[in-house]
Amino acid sequence: MSSFDPYETESGLSRRTAECTVAVILLAIAAGVLWDSYQRGAGWNGGPQTGFFPARVAWILLAASAAVFYQGLRASDRVLVTWVQLRQVGQVFLPLTLYIFAIDYLGIYVASAIFIGGFMAVFGTFRWWAIIAAAVLIPLVTFWTFELQFQVPLPKGPLEIMLGY
Amino acid sequence: MKTVTLAGAALLLSTLAASAWEPTKSVEIIVPFGPGGASDQMARTIQAIIQKHGLSKESFIVVNKPAATGGEAMMDIKKSLRDPHKLITTSSTIYMTPLATKLPVSWQDFTPVAMVAQDEFALWVNNESPYKTLPDLAAAAKTASPPLKIGGGGSKREDELITFGVFSELNTPISYIPYKSGGEASTQLAGNHIAAETNNPSEDVANWRAGLTRPLCVLSPQRMSYKTKITADMSWNDVPTCGEQGLKFNYNMLRGLFMPGNVTPEQQAYYVDLMKKVVETPEWKEYLERNALLPDFRSGQAYVDFLTADEAKHKDLMAKAGFLSTN
Amino acid sequence: MENISLLLEGFQVALTWHNIAFMFLGVLLGIVVGVLPGLGGPNGVAILLPLTFSMEPTSAIILLTSIYWGALFGGAITAVLFNIPGEPWSVATTFDGYPMAQQGRAGEALTAAFTASFVGAIAGVVLITFLAPLVAKFALRFGPAEFFAVFFLTFCSFIGMGKENKAKIVVSLSLGFLLAGVGIDTISGDMRMTFGVGELMNGFDFLVVVIGMFGVSEILLTLEEGLEFKGKKARIDPIVVLRTWMQMPLYFMTFVRSCLAGIWLGISPGGAVAASFMGYGLAKRFSRRGKKFGSGEIEGVIAPETAAHAAGTSALLPMLALGIPGSATAAVLLGGLMIWGLQPGPLLFVEQKDFVWGLIASMYLGNMVGLFVVLATVPLFASIMRIPFALIAPVILMVCAIGAFTVANSSFDIWLMLIFGAVGYAFKKLDYPLAPMVLALVLGDRAEDAFRQALIGSAGDLSVFMDNGLVATLMIISFALLLWSPISELIGRLLRRPAVAAE
Repeated sequence: MSSFDPYETESGLSRRTAECTVAVILLAIAAGVLWDSYQRGAGWNGGPQTGFFPARVAWILLAASAAVFYQGLRASDRVLVTWVQLRQVGQVFLPLTLYIFAIDYLGIYVASAIFIGGFMAVFGTFRWWAIIAAAVLIPLVTFWTFELQFQVPLPKGPLEIMLGY
Repeated sequence: MKTVTLAGAALLLSTLAASAWEPTKSVEIIVPFGPGGASDQMARTIQAIIQKHGLSKESFIVVNKPAATGGEAMMDIKKSLRDPHKLITTSSTIYMTPLATKLPVSWQDFTPVAMVAQDEFALWVNNESPYKTLPDLAAAAKTASPPLKIGGGGSKREDELITFGVFSELNTPISYIPYKSGGEASTQLAGNHIAAETNNPSEDVANWRAGLTRPLCVLSPQRMSYKTKITADMSWNDVPTCGEQGLKFNYNMLRGLFMPGNVTPEQQAYYVDLMKKVVETPEWKEYLERNALLPDFRSGQAYVDFLTADEAKHKDLMAKAGFLSTN
Repeated sequence: MENISLLLEGFQVALTWHNIAFMFLGVLLGIVVGVLPGLGGPNGVAILLPLTFSMEPTSAIILLTSIYWGALFGGAITAVLFNIPGEPWSVATTFDGYPMAQQGRAGEALTAAFTASFVGAIAGVVLITFLAPLVAKFALRFGPAEFFAVFFLTFCSFIGMGKENKAKIVVSLSLGFLLAGVGIDTISGDMRMTFGVGELMNGFDFLVVVIGMFGVSEILLTLEEGLEFKGKKARIDPIVVLRTWMQMPLYFMTFVRSCLAGIWLGISPGGAVAASFMGYGLAKRFSRRGKKFGSGEIEGVIAPETAAHAAGTSALLPMLALGIPGSATAAVLLGGLMIWGLQPGPLLFVEQKDFVWGLIASMYLGNMVGLFVVLATVPLFASIMRIPFALIAPVILMVCAIGAFTVANSSFDIWLMLIFGAVGYAFKKLDYPLAPMVLALVLGDRAEDAFRQALIGSAGDLSVFMDNGLVATLMIISFALLLWSPISELIGRLLRRPAVAAE
């Protein structure tokens, strides 16, 4: 990405830590696949067995992620993402997780209304009526498009059931 | 004349009965397969018939849920207890998927609506192949090395089960090659990449008419009833059954509908009546003939008895073929 | 030429006022369904299908194929603007289309994408017009070994040694293969790598992974860099279309290459997704500006779009001639044909001449109408980039969630989308290339299936991949492409060495 680092003075997650962590996760995935594949048979029995390809690919992944890990150890300990940046990402990632959680219970339309409204209020500089208009109208238009026009049922919650949909 | 009056009477009766309960919002017909397949076509035909004849005030929507070879669609219906606005189309996967994967679901969790038809299977060969009868194929299979290639749609599904049933009875080794769909198997046969395959009539009729493939025999106990010529000199009725050629094994596949468990008898009755009306329409009969399906409408106890017997047959066959889930 | 006179008759069938009205209607609807990732071409066609039962078959198929064309055009829009491929074959379009949009050149990228789609589609239609019966026969020659060779060829044309970290390329590629393998194995019918999670039985759907890795992760990255779309300052320029067209002749060879690759994969039938990757890969390898691909090269938009549409269009040919659907939309159309009482298959061309040639004529006209409509709306779509981020970001995330859900009507897929969003964010931060992973995910299991089908048939004998002229040629070209860059580099180095020594 960028060759110079403007955030050098700020504290944050270093590239070395990030590289090594991801490499370790990849190593774990490769190990899991190897375990799964050899359990199912990864040999050559008149042609490759179920686990043949996954096992071969997992060995390659194992080797490659070990190489990445080794490179990661020698990587600079310069900051990759500052904590401030990570917090900003988290500020969206967490609400997004809650939003997806809410879809199962409230249905996608109500959950979206809350999500859009909240997002605009926190990150934008909109007037209150613009926020409410967007939070209500966008799910309504979506409802009209998907449920009524294209007849594609999306997850619905108690409100829609109360209204008879 | 008689059938017309009968149908009229049935229609009248059913409209009376149906006044007890009617859907209050749009009804989802859940198809446990992707768009374009035989189940999907059946659902869309039913949908079109209901719409064209105004059989329901509410609209019917076809929803494809192919995830987990239909397992997810079945789990969805299982979870939707008491929801009278959902239907699911079924084929023999309704037993095979739970048996093969240990998915905790069974048709007994659902409310049976009706069986609307049975699907036939035939053994197909390339038109230019030397095999004229099943014994020809069996003789060739006995001496072939490497073993003859027999194709079908999917692994450990109905096509492989049939292949197993036929060739274990003939006692010949073969290599079963699974393809993504029956259509693909048919094309592979037309291109002479495999020796034979098992397909529904609808999956192979186009290539048969074009002189690329031909049916060796059908796996039903009886010949098909359709006498309209498909090729210059053959109709479905002219295709011999495999039984006529000495095979004991036979196989048909149900095509039916279920709804979620714990619905009221009135709700169940509404859909049974609706399906009765659907199968009386000329469009349905056209659909049956076009796909060479066996007309066989069953509801109530008759449907349940059929399901029980058919499930036992599948379980037995799958156990012999080694398709039952082991883990 | 009998075909030409038949085509002219076809134009007479297609060119009635109400059929042209249907084309406009269909294209507009198609763009709408193509733009929303939750609604692909199959939905649009399936929803309107019942309405068309009472229509005359020719008008009905014109309406429905126009939706198909519209959806094909529409898929590129979100790919360029938000890095979210609306249709699977627009993934390769994001590689250069999105960087262009970030540089404020969204209008240019969209014009290039649409024009390329049009050129590709017309190339496909011309093929159908003149070679239909011949090509249909050719497609029958593809058995499992040949299929494997085609997928292998796609891989080799795309995977060269890029400038990224080599270990990371390998990680990305193998991860893609593993993801493709999760779930029920087609060949044995057994589950693998599901680790007891029932929802994974059908594996990871390509679109869900892509929506997460490209769409969601992009929003996370944007947030980190300060709550604004980089392309916000896009100038809305009404003559952008004309300016972009002026450059087109420069890329003549790219068009030709991509048309050929697309047509080849459309009839073989490797499919539009494979075609888009192959088109991009070939252009990257053989273009003079290939090294700059990925940083907003207009050629990197033209190449995959042309190839995808040449393939998408020529894929209709096996459908009509053999009754094999080349795509999900084609599968629904196929169902429609049967409901109208038309039997797709080799005899369709003989028995239903009016219908077939009316349809072929409508392919020409529908694409022209499509191009006209989408180009007229380029400024409109480009101006979406000016909407404040705090409003558009949650809407995009909602659309992503809808898109992930509708792939298989499963809410588990929304969770997967979130996970892949996080994975995509981490990978982009650490400079893992995503393209090899996506390619492996699309083609990996199909290549494996074909490989194993071929070996079941040959009882494990590997010589099946050199068995006949067709498969042997494909394999040899593949290896040549694979070894192209190391060899050319070596030759280059050998030639340079004396010069260095002389210094």
